[in-house]
Amino acid sequence: MQLTDKSTQKKSFKKIAPSLAAASCALVAGSGLLMTENALAGESSSPGAWDFEVATLLYTESDDRVQAVEPIFSATRNFEDGEKLNFKLTFDTLTGASPNGATPSDQVQTFTRPSGNDSYDVRASDSPLDDTFRDTRGSLAVNWSAPIDREWEYSTGGYFSKEYDYLSLGFNGGLTRYFNQKNTTLNMGISLANDMIDPVGGTPVALSEMAHQSSGNFSNEFAASRSSDDSKTVFDVLVGVTQVIDKDSLFQVNYGASMSNGYLTDPFKMLSVIDDNASGTNFGGNATDANGNNIYLYEARPDSRLKHTLFFQYKRYVNDGDVLDASYRFLTDDWGINSHTLDFKYRFAMGSSYLEPHVRYYMQNEADFYKRFVNASDYNSGTPNFSEASADERLSEMSATTLGLKYGHALANGHEFSIRGEYYMQTHDGESGYGKLASQDLYPGSDAMMLQFTYSF
Amino acid sequence: MRKPNTSLQIEPAHNPACHPPPSLIFENNLWRGSFKAMASDCELLIEGCQQALAEQLLRAAAIETWRIEYKYSRYRSDNVMAAINQSDGKDLSVDSETNALFDFADQCYQLSDGLFDISSGVLRKIWHFDGSDNIPSENEIAKILPDIGWSKVLRKTREDGISISLPSGMELDLGGLGKEYAVDRSLFLMLNILVKAHQADTCRLLINYGGDLACSGPRLNRSPWHIAVESIKASNKASADVRLSKGAIATSGDANRYLLKDGVRYSHVLNPKTGCSVTDAPHSVSVYGATCMQAGMLSTIASLYGKDAEAFLAAQEVEYWIQR
Repeated sequence: MQLTDKSTQKKSFKKIAPSLAAASCALVAGSGLLMTENALAGESSSPGAWDFEVATLLYTESDDRVQAVEPIFSATRNFEDGEKLNFKLTFDTLTGASPNGATPSDQVQTFTRPSGNDSYDVRASDSPLDDTFRDTRGSLAVNWSAPIDREWEYSTGGYFSKEYDYLSLGFNGGLTRYFNQKNTTLNMGISLANDMIDPVGGTPVALSEMAHQSSGNFSNEFAASRSSDDSKTVFDVLVGVTQVIDKDSLFQVNYGASMSNGYLTDPFKMLSVIDDNASGTNFGGNATDANGNNIYLYEARPDSRLKHTLFFQYKRYVNDGDVLDASYRFLTDDWGINSHTLDFKYRFAMGSSYLEPHVRYYMQNEADFYKRFVNASDYNSGTPNFSEASADERLSEMSATTLGLKYGHALANGHEFSIRGEYYMQTHDGESGYGKLASQDLYPGSDAMMLQFTYSF
Repeated sequence: MRKPNTSLQIEPAHNPACHPPPSLIFENNLWRGSFKAMASDCELLIEGCQQALAEQLLRAAAIETWRIEYKYSRYRSDNVMAAINQSDGKDLSVDSETNALFDFADQCYQLSDGLFDISSGVLRKIWHFDGSDNIPSENEIAKILPDIGWSKVLRKTREDGISISLPSGMELDLGGLGKEYAVDRSLFLMLNILVKAHQADTCRLLINYGGDLACSGPRLNRSPWHIAVESIKASNKASADVRLSKGAIATSGDANRYLLKDGVRYSHVLNPKTGCSVTDAPHSVSVYGATCMQAGMLSTIASLYGKDAEAFLAAQEVEYWIQR
């Protein structure tokens, strides 16, 4: 028996140990990178088994505005040869109220409900909220992805979503090409969706006046403000490159274009017409019609929208388990909106648990046709000098900050649960009011809370 | 603290050879899992995790090892190897794992200049290592040599995958790397489980399949693992106390398998080029490596070099022990 570290004998033998080490690693792991990828993505893919995930999302806005309960059920089946089938079922129950677009006033305001069946009052100086907002939505998405060969992979899927007054159908397809030992990934995808909207009472005619129930001629006036159901199509294209920089980090760049055509207007939103006669007594108050009722116009948006997005993401594995995830998204569209989103997450690994703080900042400028209100002189007694207008706060100049924290825990049986809480603060800005309107808060901020529980097994 | 011995129930579908169930006990702050496979005692040492995770790790390792054993055993008539060996020269498509193993065997064949050859098993038809003096004649050897040679095996890429065509009379045997492959695969699968459970840092593993070892790193207190390995004799009686803090160790040896004639010891290591037993092959060669397969190949090839085993290993710049 000899214990030898390095022999003193010298004969000419090839050094084959490194080649054998490389060959055995490739054999056992497929490739070393594969494991890093999986670790970064945090995903499992044991073939032949179903992976399940159930989650419940609770969402609530300040002032009892919108509340949502959203159970999500997802099942993924991994097959022996890398095919993957995923089903995702979502139910939303939304209750609460959302801003209807009208400005607050120093008077009580009365609004006809979108269905035409009822009306509601908003107190002086309160932000007009439409409290009919209550809906249950069910959606089902099915996705299939499979490798074609070592370098190509394809995916295809379908999507179906139904609300009481809304039906959405979509299809998508994608191709993935791996280069450079899977260190570079090119993704291409397209999707096509068709949405049908058929609200009770029909969709409002653009820029028509809201009919008042107090009017003697209500049913005719309401019918004149309505058309039948409407639809829109959305076509999306996406191209992206993911580059593995080293064993711990990757960088992703995506470009996406989205083309929407058809009915893009929100049938529940309207605008206040404001008296801009500076010499009158009602300067800054609501303009009124012949019956003395306030004039509210249903909004009108262009019938097409083209959006371009650029997305950059950097992910890095730190200290054997921590994960840093930073991203930036830029969006520009032909409605004149430019938006910027900065998102930062850091996952602290702590044994079998992790804690993940999250910060997101969002800002956008207003759409070209955004108006907080319409000047009576521009409305011009029913022959407006504009063809598009919306007071939807989502099209205004706004910024939003989200602060979140997620805690996840892996159980010894391989199951995982997580709880995520987020606080969302939104502020808007825009043209200020004049006269009576100057004392109203036209751009109230809003806060929202979200809590999500997830269990994967 | 000692917990009672737990027996893991494994579904029959994952235990095709009907081995006894794996057992798990907790002693000296370690989970010790054991099961039988490949005619060896297979053992796992797991440090720093709860029982449920230890059971999950043991289960994964046993199922994978039994799967490899069943798929590649040369003692079965209903597996991949049997199908290839009974193909009678016809093209046979092979699955991607088998093909990857052939790729590895091919690289070992090239790197060892033909000394490691998975078609050399037919030599067992004439060499019976039963401790007797029954040495095959030159004539018998000459008759069998044409049935040996990995380079005679054709592999083709077809539309439906890879096919292999093995000339009639030849046989392939992956037994020379099966156990090392099982060690590396078990470690890989267990590490994936630990990464998924976010416990790769807090839980440490050692695998010992009949003297072929691999670990996920040193123990939690940063000291190396100490393992008494039966197949490596430190003296005539005692087993060797091996220390391992990274990578793997594999051992090749003839233990009690040899022939003795006219004072010459014929080792069970057979040279596929000459069909003869390698004289002066060491009793055992143990090599440290990055993976168990690498270590196993280096120790097997070193044995095939006979008296030059040390020189070969010195050129590899790896740590090794040789017992002559």
